Amino acid sequence: MRNIFSIARKEFKSLFISPVAYAVSLAIFLIMGILFYANVLGAAYQQIAPSIQVVIGPLATILLFTTPAITMRTLADEQKSGTLEILLTAPVRDWEVVIGKWLGTLAFVALVLLITWVYPIILNQIVDPGIDQGSLVSGYLGLFLMVASFLAIGVSVSSLFSNQIAAFFATLGILLALWMIGYPAQIMGSMGGEVLRYIDLSEHFYPTFYRGILELKDVVYYLSVTSLALLLGSISVETRRWR
Amino acid sequence: MIRVTGLTKDYGSRRAIHDLTFNARKGEILGFLGPNGAGKTTTMRILTGFMPPTSGTVEIGGYDVIDHSLEVRRIVGYLPETVPLYPDMTVREYLEYMASLRHLKNIEKRVTETLEQVGMADRANGYISNLSKGMRQRVGLAQALIHQPEVLILDEPTIGLDPAQVVNIRKLIKEIGQNKTVILSTHILPEAQQICDRVMIINKGHIVAEDTPEQLQARLTGSQRVLLTVRGESQDVVPLIKQLPGILQVVEKEDGTLEYESLPGQDIRPLVARKIIEAGFDLLQLQPINMSLEEIFLQLTRDETEPSAAMPEVGYSMEEN
Ligand SMILES: Nc1ncnc2c1ncn2[C@@H]1O[C@H](COP(=O)(O)OP(=O)(O)OP(=O)(O)O)[C@@H](O)[C@H]1O
Ligand SMILES: [Mg+2]
Repeated sequence: MRNIFSIARKEFKSLFISPVAYAVSLAIFLIMGILFYANVLGAAYQQIAPSIQVVIGPLATILLFTTPAITMRTLADEQKSGTLEILLTAPVRDWEVVIGKWLGTLAFVALVLLITWVYPIILNQIVDPGIDQGSLVSGYLGLFLMVASFLAIGVSVSSLFSNQIAAFFATLGILLALWMIGYPAQIMGSMGGEVLRYIDLSEHFYPTFYRGILELKDVVYYLSVTSLALLLGSISVETRRWR
Repeated sequence: MIRVTGLTKDYGSRRAIHDLTFNARKGEILGFLGPNGAGKTTTMRILTGFMPPTSGTVEIGGYDVIDHSLEVRRIVGYLPETVPLYPDMTVREYLEYMASLRHLKNIEKRVTETLEQVGMADRANGYISNLSKGMRQRVGLAQALIHQPEVLILDEPTIGLDPAQVVNIRKLIKEIGQNKTVILSTHILPEAQQICDRVMIINKGHIVAEDTPEQLQARLTGSQRVLLTVRGESQDVVPLIKQLPGILQVVEKEDGTLEYESLPGQDIRPLVARKIIEAGFDLLQLQPINMSLEEIFLQLTRDETEPSAAMPEVGYSMEEN
């Protein structure tokens, strides 16, 4: 526990001073700001009250594309700079390294998510009866759980590479594939389709969390994906020694 | 303290180290001396638990390095060949992080002490990215010392240091070696001689020689190399000298002179001279050559040396010409 915390704190700190993390945060706020403005204005033209979904929807997509940039360096960089050699010869277990890294990135993205609360707060001011609090909480909970699984996948993929860029694209590829894998299911519609839809990362977000519905199975799904990814990441670090 | 038995490591199909067996006691500084690619780093990586051997066992402080990896890692301090630093941290932050992974109590105090030891106290709050190569090397060393480990494994600890710091760091290692176990690797023979209690010469993954620096030197300088010049067909003299007792090898040089090497401790020059003259040759010159230590090192580890034929007792090779 203590090791995980030490590693997580170090990871969080170095993200905090990393230009990549700032560029990513800037991109998030810039794109969010533009979309927010456009959506609110659009809703005003149509004479309808904008819902909290104008924040949650774009945020989910942006996180899908930006979290690989947050995780790409976590283990790939340690590998490249040779610091992995002391990390793996310090009295720290391989899974503590992986979980610590993941927790550090999660803390950073959680902070970014926290700052995006300004949009719901603004929305709450300009919409007359205020926004639906339930949708807000479920939306953000969904985002957090989903991002946790993105980051777990990203950290694990990073352990396979010593090149950050390679880790970025591999992670993005995997996330996009898992994000769209349920799509063919709409045509298939059979048992196989059900399975694909169940694996799909987005299928557990848009129908439920996004619409303000909380379902245990979706919480379990994201926690399972996260655990599985971290487990595979730990195995990958361990087998790294044998390569 | 350290017991290594039959250690072998293959990278794919290439065998990097072959069946290494050696020990190191508490209070001993053991030096790995060998040319590039000898297998020093590979051996150290296995000792520290960074990677498993293909076969063989390593026991450190009574713990097997595979079965009780964490216990071993707790008592070992390790300076890898590529100094493991995070450029975006300050020196102090970095050492505090390393200390926290080792669950030290008095982190701040230990960091300060260790920085004093390696002479980096004045740069404690500077960013690692702004340090010079030698300074980085010293911070790397501080990282290995931070938890006052029982066993210290240092891969080329003085590389990149200026002469003053080389002296300092060697002194520091010697001090630590008084009641801890230190293994260090180097290409520099005088360094091995200066700080090590025992030197292991490794070449192509084999232990070629192992002894105290004094013994090693005595054994080697004890061996006689003699330059020999005769008038006429010198190759006819080769078989003649070869059969003499105590001769290790005879080499015919390009310029027609001969060079022989004989067992240490006995000067057989009179015998050689008599034989040559008896056989009817004119002896022009019989001059001993003093081997410099570097030469010995080269000789010990040169390419033609067939390691399995390396003489276990004497430490150099006999060859057929
Ligand atoms: N990761 C690796 N993959 C494949 N081969 C390797 C690897 N690391 C080392 N080797 C090979 O193993 C052999 C021993 O290398 P090692 O790094 O242990 O030598 P060394 O004695 O430390 O050399 P140097 O003095 O140059 O540091 C070399 O032939 C090297 O090419
Ligand atoms: Mg080396």
